Amino acid sequence: MTERVRVTGPPRHAAAGRAASRLGDVHEQTALGDLYLRSLLRAQLGLAVRLLALLAVTLGVLPLAFHLAPSLAGVRPLGIALPWLLLGVLVHPLLLLLAWRYVRSAERNERVFADLVSGPPAPDAESGT
Amino acid sequence: MERADVPGLVAVVLVTLATLAIGTWGLRFSRTTSDFFVASRTVRPGLNASAIGGEYLSAASFLGIAGLLLVGGADMLWYPVGWTAGYLVLLVLVAAPLRRSGAYTLPDFAEARLGSRTVRAACSLLVVGIGWLYLIPQFEGAGITLRSAIGAPEWVGVLVVAAVVLANVTSGGMRSVTFVQAFQYWLKLTALLVPAAVLIAVWWGDGRPSGSLGGDAWSSPVAGDGGIGLYTTYSLIAGLFLGTMGLPHVVVRFYTNPDGRAARRTTVVVLALLGLFYLWPPVYAGLGRVYGERLVAEGRADVLVLELPRAMLAGVGGDVLTGLVTAGAFAAFLSTSSGLAIAVSGVVTQDVTSRLVSEQRGVAAFRLAAMVAVVIPVVAALMVRNVGVAQSVGLAFAVAASTFCPLLVLGIWWRRLTDAGALAGLAAGGLGAGGAAIATLAGYSPGGWAGALLAQPAAWSVPVAVLVMVTVSLATADREPAHARRFLVRLHTPESLGR
Repeated sequence: MTERVRVTGPPRHAAAGRAASRLGDVHEQTALGDLYLRSLLRAQLGLAVRLLALLAVTLGVLPLAFHLAPSLAGVRPLGIALPWLLLGVLVHPLLLLLAWRYVRSAERNERVFADLVSGPPAPDAESGT
Repeated sequence: MERADVPGLVAVVLVTLATLAIGTWGLRFSRTTSDFFVASRTVRPGLNASAIGGEYLSAASFLGIAGLLLVGGADMLWYPVGWTAGYLVLLVLVAAPLRRSGAYTLPDFAEARLGSRTVRAACSLLVVGIGWLYLIPQFEGAGITLRSAIGAPEWVGVLVVAAVVLANVTSGGMRSVTFVQAFQYWLKLTALLVPAAVLIAVWWGDGRPSGSLGGDAWSSPVAGDGGIGLYTTYSLIAGLFLGTMGLPHVVVRFYTNPDGRAARRTTVVVLALLGLFYLWPPVYAGLGRVYGERLVAEGRADVLVLELPRAMLAGVGGDVLTGLVTAGAFAAFLSTSSGLAIAVSGVVTQDVTSRLVSEQRGVAAFRLAAMVAVVIPVVAALMVRNVGVAQSVGLAFAVAASTFCPLLVLGIWWRRLTDAGALAGLAAGGLGAGGAAIATLAGYSPGGWAGALLAQPAAWSVPVAVLVMVTVSLATADREPAHARRFLVRLHTPESLGR
């Protein structure tokens, strides 16, 4: 028999007792905190919008392009019709590349925010490493 | 029982046994309510990404796509592309913040963000609706597969899959399902890749014949001619790209990541795994164009993947490959329906059955909910007419894109979203896309523009939902939750700052 263990709900605040929050300003809605949050939100949202725009001009224009120039579908580089090559094969490395770039930039934005909030000469800063 | 049925039968039995065995093994780790719902949030990116891939690659991906590509040509490539790109959109807009919200399910998120029980109830209703809309084609696909593999009547496959899913989900919950699904991703990939490689070799040996099925239109990535074709293609793209983030079984997986950073990294691995998988259905379609004309003529393109090996290869070779693809298809039904059953049961547990069963018995409530989550779509799958696996999955995406996508994106990025705005937007998107889905499932399909607007609603229903959500939120600005700013801070603050 397996041992019986009491079933409980999830720990709600696992991190509560950990390092004291350095986000006082942001939480307390001071003008400075507002500025911090806005800068992070704007940076992350700008990044997201840029990435989606990139997706739109690469993948998104394909239906329109093939609609306007149907003869493109007959082009056969490497013996495979162009739409099959683009949407069947090449699209996957493209998506992966976009995702990888996004993750790098998003993590960089968060590092910048962390440095900003904890202040430059913070000896115990656990961020940025 | 004929000799031809043996490989399929062996495959189905083996996959079922392996699934139950891994599920039982995972049970050793499953003790708490948190294990049941989100595997206690300790699943690492590699394992979690395999599990997401295993869960996500459904009957529609394994069987539906190859058949659709064979019949419809290149414009159907938008299905696999959209199912993959949906994860990129999800990564960019919601992955890390959603994980940091600390909620179990979509209704949890909505309630935490907007502080409204009513919005929560609306979301629960939508999760169950989308989950069922997605489960029905999985069960139908199982019926088709067993009929093709061992000649069983369709209801047999439906009941077998439902029974295995119930056994797995009720015994171990999310923790054991994580292992099962990670295993099933690699099984599905192998089951598609190995036969494809062998069949390409056979085709090469035959002197590389080319087929002419479908004519020139087969290479066009736009659905049909003129404005309607363009609209249909873009609407499909909108629904698939934006719908992924709103699927209940996808979202619940993000809560199993340890933190927001891991949620992002998991998503990148998922994109790689999905891309690797989706390279292969077009190969089946291409070979089907040469060797599968009989299937198209008989209107059975849905089973292309299952029947192509025998159509190209006689004797033991064909039997072994048939067994392999049958195993993959069966794994596809089991993993996706398990994930959906978990997601739907999670919501039903929290909002319905935990009130029926006493508070301390969370796991019993979850098991009861799982029964409800599985039995109703099974009954529906046995009654509703078959509309094609990929199309009905596409409708589930459209509903998700028109409801949860605006809710998540605005909830995460826009402080001024209010409960009234969210409710109005969910109602507009849900009724619009949901109504179109129900009309399509019921077989109502007028020609021309009206038909296109109903069959692919996302291009109009998503903007309508967003517009309603924003307008009503602005009109009810005094209802903006007091904790909105604090909540947004939490969503976007890196964990390294010790919140």
